[in-house]
Amino acid sequence: MDWALPPNYSTFGVVIDQLFWIILVITGIAFLLVEGGILWFCLKYRGREGAKAHYTHGSNRLEIIWTVIPAIIIAVLGAYSALVWDDIKGSSNRPADALEFLVVGKQFEWNITYPGVDETLGTADDFTVRNQFHFPVNEDITILLESEDVIHSFFIPELRVKQDAVPGMTIPVWFDATQTGNFEIACAELCGLGHYYMMASVTVHSAADFDAWQASQAPAAAQ
Amino acid sequence: MATIVAEATGQAILHEEHEQSFLRKYIFSTDHKVIAIQFLIYTLFFLMIGGLLAMLMRYQIAWPARGELPLGGIFPESMVASGYILPEFYNALVTMHGSVMVFLAIMPMLVGVWANYLIPLQLGTHDMAFPRLNMLSFWAMVPAGILTLASFFVVGGAAGAGWTLYAPLSARPDLTGVGLGQILWLVALVFIGLSSILGSVNYITTTINMRAPGMTWMRMPLTIWSLFITAILALLAMPVLSAAGIMLIFDQTIGTSFFLPEGGGQPLLWQHLFWFFGHPEVYILILPAMGFTSEILSVGSRKPVFGYKAMVLALVSIAFLGFIVWGHHMFQSGMNPMLGLTFTVSTLFIAVPSAIKTFNWMGTMWRGNLQLHSAMLFAIGFVAMFAIGGLSGVFMASTPVDIYIHDTYFIVAHIHYVLFGGSLFALFGAIYFWYPKMFGRMMNETMGKIHFWLTFVFFNLVFFPMHGVGMVGMMRRIYDSTGYAHLQGIEDTNAIITWAAFGLFASGFLFAFNFFWSLKKGRKAGANPWNATTLEWQTPSPPKHGNWEEVPVVYHGPHEYSHPDVEDKDWLAQNERPDVVSPAAGSH
Repeated sequence: MDWALPPNYSTFGVVIDQLFWIILVITGIAFLLVEGGILWFCLKYRGREGAKAHYTHGSNRLEIIWTVIPAIIIAVLGAYSALVWDDIKGSSNRPADALEFLVVGKQFEWNITYPGVDETLGTADDFTVRNQFHFPVNEDITILLESEDVIHSFFIPELRVKQDAVPGMTIPVWFDATQTGNFEIACAELCGLGHYYMMASVTVHSAADFDAWQASQAPAAAQ
Repeated sequence: MATIVAEATGQAILHEEHEQSFLRKYIFSTDHKVIAIQFLIYTLFFLMIGGLLAMLMRYQIAWPARGELPLGGIFPESMVASGYILPEFYNALVTMHGSVMVFLAIMPMLVGVWANYLIPLQLGTHDMAFPRLNMLSFWAMVPAGILTLASFFVVGGAAGAGWTLYAPLSARPDLTGVGLGQILWLVALVFIGLSSILGSVNYITTTINMRAPGMTWMRMPLTIWSLFITAILALLAMPVLSAAGIMLIFDQTIGTSFFLPEGGGQPLLWQHLFWFFGHPEVYILILPAMGFTSEILSVGSRKPVFGYKAMVLALVSIAFLGFIVWGHHMFQSGMNPMLGLTFTVSTLFIAVPSAIKTFNWMGTMWRGNLQLHSAMLFAIGFVAMFAIGGLSGVFMASTPVDIYIHDTYFIVAHIHYVLFGGSLFALFGAIYFWYPKMFGRMMNETMGKIHFWLTFVFFNLVFFPMHGVGMVGMMRRIYDSTGYAHLQGIEDTNAIITWAAFGLFASGFLFAFNFFWSLKKGRKAGANPWNATTLEWQTPSPPKHGNWEEVPVVYHGPHEYSHPDVEDKDWLAQNERPDVVSPAAGSH
């Protein structure tokens, strides 16, 4: 098995993955230092008959060193994470002219309401498709996420998108896919006995294909 | 303080005068040591139950389409039908594995067992401040255990909404098919809360009021510090859970809508209440383990704990920060993303005291004279595994990364490195270490070492690959992963994890065998088999009712090993008079 993140196909995913690998390197170094140190101490200071341990109650200088260094690393990591988080989720960064979809989770399906050709939700040409999410590539997409019954979680691994759907709330989620292709929406929050099959297909189209697909759906849905 | 000591002495004498009945001595006992042993037997039993639930779960994860569950026929049709674990039973397994392990095994084993056993003995007093409350704190756990086991066999089965009980799933039987099972578990939880609160009041009072003469705060062993701070956390956090649990019962039964949006309630309110308890709970589950580890490492390295004051400060700051990080469980929950920013900062900063502790443990081992017995191996194992659990926590503390790994097996790996590699390793160490004091006999060392290596290897084979499965994107709590395109190719890893889990579970029976075998056959321990300095080792094993013939007087810090001025031995008991041993050895 590849112990790897799945390929990323979203704009936000680039920086999320980058941050993942940065943390992996930092924690990897700390991991080697700690585990290596423990192993080395176990071998080097193994009990010997008649040996006497070094008597010390500690060292303030060392305490300061191993408090300050982790604190600095952590502060930098925290600041960077906060910036990225704000970029991705901050409400001031919500794209203004995104194409909007309504996604409603319920046991155990995802219902996607499309804006129709007028590209506006809440108009007569809206239509709803069960368990199929189609949208165009290279365009800001915003979904308004709702739930009818319990908490679900909207998860598209390849787009690095995850957001809980909470009954009683409408939560906006935005992203921008960088490649066409077929993916899946998985439910990531335990939602009942059908949790494991609460899955929907995702199709990322070229802009022209999306228009064609939407046109092919609209009359059928209108009837 | 003097009057309390005098009263306790009086009580001890009174007890010795008339022999107690079997019932008062072993069943409804107020002796803190007997209560601790009752907790130990109780929690080991539930550790096995929790493990068994995990084995069933792992079977399903590895071979979702196979059926053929070994011994599947012994389960009722509502759980396993023609060899197939049913999805609703799987959800109950997921939920009750977590619930049993956290609330009926690990937490009472850390606190119920060791706070009871060690606080009076290490502080040099005769018993707890409130012995009858103490007895009640054990007996409140008994209905909790019975209700939990019973809930599997009621109509609809056991609770199936996850151990986190997220509403509305946990609040609406019509959406899960689980009604009574959920309520039984919530009632059990209220009993557990009662037990924990009663215990905490006792531990706090005893630690503040009943320390032996000379046992100043900064001479307390780190076990006591950690258990004391844990008790404060439990006292502040458990009532929140109990209240929330009762609100949830009301939503289920009498039509309130605290957490149901149709009636004006808020599902996120449950999460805030649960995690306001739940994150301090994480530290309730690790701080005592840190205390045991510090103690065992110091004894086993024949060195004072490196940076004792820093260790105490780190414990206090972890406890404080532990109350302001709960939102990091909720980054993707739909709460305001701006809150995510503040919780990231507090969460990342909790890594600092954790790092301080890890480095100080390594400092304790540095230039030591390491005695690598079973207890010491588990303590070192704790440091090694806790480090991994701490480091993997950095990934999810970083909110953008958490978007992807939240609710995946990466989280499952993380929590098990902390709770099993951390808490349970330290608990095994603590049992090997204090067993001779409890029962007067040593546990078998050969079996102990084999148990350690089996546990260490199988544990890592189970939980390290879960990081990888999580990176691939496998969601938690799914009954069958094979239907997902992005999860193709992890079947072999899941099968390996399951085989290793069987090995891990089996190695627990070696421990259980050693535990019961050594009761009769173990080598006689004597008062102080480890040449340790703290007070519990300066009285016979097992200590008599009342612990001491005469209350000890404390002259030294808790970990005076290898003091250069002490010549004939490498330790200096806390109650050894400095003028008898060496004039220079007194001050620390």
